[in-house]
Amino acid sequence: MSPAIPLLLAIGLGLIAWLAARSKAWTFKRAAPPGTRAPLHSLPNYHGWYVALWAVVPAIAFAAVWAAISPNLIVTQALSNPAAASLPAFGVERDAIIAEAYATASGSAAAAFNPAANALVEPFASAIRQFGTIGLAVTLLLGFAGGAYAFLKLRPDFTARTRVERAVMLGLLLASLVAILTTFGIVASLLFETIRFFGFVSPAEFLLGTHWGPDPMAAPGPNLGENYGAIPLFWGTIFIGAIIAMIVAIPLGLMSAIYLTQYASANVRKWMKPLLEILAGVPTVVYGYFAALTVAPLVRDAAQGIGIASASSESAMAAGLVMGIMIIPFVSSMADDSIAAVPQAMRDGSLAMGATTSETIKKVLIPAALPGIVAGVMLAVSRAIGETMIVVMAAGATARLTANPFETMTTVTFQIVAMLTGEGSFDHPATLSAFALGFVLFCVTLALNFIALRVVKRFREAYE
Amino acid sequence: MSNVSSARLKARYAAERRFRMLGLAAVVFSALVLAFLLVTMTANAVGGFKRAELRFPVDLAASGMTVDPASLSADNAIAQLEAAGLPDIVAMAATKALGAEAAAEVDPQAWRELAKRIAADPQLLRGTVEAELPASDDLASALRGDGASESLKTIAAKLQSEGKLAQAWDPGFLSRADATGPQAVGIWGALKGSMLTMLITLALAFPVGVLAAVYLEEYAPKNRWTEVIEVSINNLAAVPSIIFGLLGLAVFLWIFPNYRSAPLIGGMTLALMTMPVIVISGRNAIKAVPPSIRDAALAVGASRVQTVFHHVLPLALPGILTGTIIGMARALGETAPLLMIGMRAFVATPPEGFTSPASVLPVQIFLWSDEIDRGFVERTSAAIIVLLAFLLVMNGLAIYLRNRFEKRW
Repeated sequence: MSPAIPLLLAIGLGLIAWLAARSKAWTFKRAAPPGTRAPLHSLPNYHGWYVALWAVVPAIAFAAVWAAISPNLIVTQALSNPAAASLPAFGVERDAIIAEAYATASGSAAAAFNPAANALVEPFASAIRQFGTIGLAVTLLLGFAGGAYAFLKLRPDFTARTRVERAVMLGLLLASLVAILTTFGIVASLLFETIRFFGFVSPAEFLLGTHWGPDPMAAPGPNLGENYGAIPLFWGTIFIGAIIAMIVAIPLGLMSAIYLTQYASANVRKWMKPLLEILAGVPTVVYGYFAALTVAPLVRDAAQGIGIASASSESAMAAGLVMGIMIIPFVSSMADDSIAAVPQAMRDGSLAMGATTSETIKKVLIPAALPGIVAGVMLAVSRAIGETMIVVMAAGATARLTANPFETMTTVTFQIVAMLTGEGSFDHPATLSAFALGFVLFCVTLALNFIALRVVKRFREAYE
Repeated sequence: MSNVSSARLKARYAAERRFRMLGLAAVVFSALVLAFLLVTMTANAVGGFKRAELRFPVDLAASGMTVDPASLSADNAIAQLEAAGLPDIVAMAATKALGAEAAAEVDPQAWRELAKRIAADPQLLRGTVEAELPASDDLASALRGDGASESLKTIAAKLQSEGKLAQAWDPGFLSRADATGPQAVGIWGALKGSMLTMLITLALAFPVGVLAAVYLEEYAPKNRWTEVIEVSINNLAAVPSIIFGLLGLAVFLWIFPNYRSAPLIGGMTLALMTMPVIVISGRNAIKAVPPSIRDAALAVGASRVQTVFHHVLPLALPGILTGTIIGMARALGETAPLLMIGMRAFVATPPEGFTSPASVLPVQIFLWSDEIDRGFVERTSAAIIVLLAFLLVMNGLAIYLRNRFEKRW
């Protein structure tokens, strides 16, 4: 049964409830003696909404929970069938057979190829029918019960509006709690898997080791920690995201902002600013492709041209350069904002003393705007070290502690992708290490953002 | 003026000019890089919208195929034609017109295109059809002049000079799904997956984002709780996208293990990422509505909820929509979180619904970018152009909305 069916049913019920309650409220109004004010506390619409909410909300809540738990119930029910007795006890094969039978029975696959799965299709189909019917029946029942309960409460002096508005407020509050839930979900899932990872590898070895070479196929042994030293990954991330990319992005972004705000005519600014913003809107996978296809060979040829024999076709340089270009609009818009916040009087004062425009910019505007610029750079760094696709496509896979930008280098985000897109099982330290890396990345980016906000708050000059 | 001071003035003016040039150079450089990126992609993409086609006549009337033209309107027309021996007839016609060696390079599934044409117009069975069928990947690369054997290259050159082999526009690129060879791939499967994913994202992120913005801007008391909400929304906007992928993998796939690589899970993951963007832009838009509007509504007896939903929100809507479109554009181009939740599988049919396995455009680009075949390079660039066109349309819409509805109070 498609999850959309209970949803549509619940909405249909709600519509009926709304119409019924509204017309009942109208009858209260008409029943009032002519000439007197209508005795209703709330408009008929609000009575409608009140009953509709009671009909829809419990039904949809149940349908959502049911959609989440029924697959497990179906599997349990189907496996209690005698046909399931011949299944392999545990492991990948069993899961594959179950998944195949499930998919065939629910109609998302045309036919099961595995004979063992074929035998299970019928039990699965009957379980799916059974639980689907139960789900549908309970959804309808809840909808009717809720609607009827609310409908019976309707009176002319019933405070429907107050109650509906209370429900709306609750909805608003719940919506804003989603942010907390998400943050909590991120922290909890990362932390949980990270702790499991630290059950295999000690945090000290992970954070301080200098050799990274996890083997997703190796059996967990005593010397496991030797292969999980993440320092080369951290170095690669910093080298590409915080050094090379920033060497490109800071001067270009800052000078672009200065030129566009201080020198360019209004017409040029009108065209160039959106043009720069396009750079930020290009998907990172496109940058990654651009880096791998065009920039990386150019970088390699240039490096070999100046006599660096070890230059590779996947290099930290190519990834960093392209990442820097992606970050330019980010830096320039932050710099733009903070330069614009410096009062015109300071600029005029400097110019009146006889300073040239560039002297004014270098000696007055930039020092005054520095906190904002620093904060912008920090945000840009946090963006760059979290960037994934460019490094996945252009930086290479070899974890290496080197300062030579023309060699391949790998980063935290690359390793997360590499560890989680393989076929490794979820209990293996190689897979779990991705979550530990993600946790470190999360903490570092949050810290950078936090510091950036603090810098702006603490050091930004307040001009009257 | 003394010599010393005039020299110094000259130096200062020179420094001024240099600084200004430096600024101009930075802007021009950024623009040039953007232009370079677009030009390389477009130049490659032109080839991506084409494919190598073999042209030869197929005499269907003389082939002795026993198919009743009237029955071809049924759904199984292609199966009927296959049973009647159309694949062999095409192969024989190819051998006759092109020679045995070249005929082997007609794509084995190519007859289906002819079968579709016949099903659409059964009258074709009465005469000779000029077939334009895709060549094999090998012949296609021989025609381009890279990565094929010398004998194939000579065949390609000969056929090309006879006008039997040519690069032709391939409208099917926009209507097919992923495949193993560059000649047979198309973008529709990924595009449809992207659209379904975006629908889920919008359906989840927009209401939640707007309601949260309303709460924080209009009702939230200033206490520790609302501060926590506010801080976590701002933090979420700064969390790297791949972390959302880890969340989707650990939580959503744990709850719904059967919907791996389905647009439903992808959309949910991207919705969490898009929601903070919508909240932040929504708050700014609501803040921009002047208090006099609220005061007027309250003064004529509206409740606070009525004030917000009947007056403030409609006025703030253009601003919220602009922010939403920008957030959606970002989600459309996002790849990393979707790789995490398994949307990197090879999916050869367009997804049928929100729960069937799907690919999305950026992931398709990523998967094709791993292929070394020159044909795939062109196809990848073409897919990138399609993606960029979509983004351009979305951003254009956002700018239009902003200009159309921008109000100065």
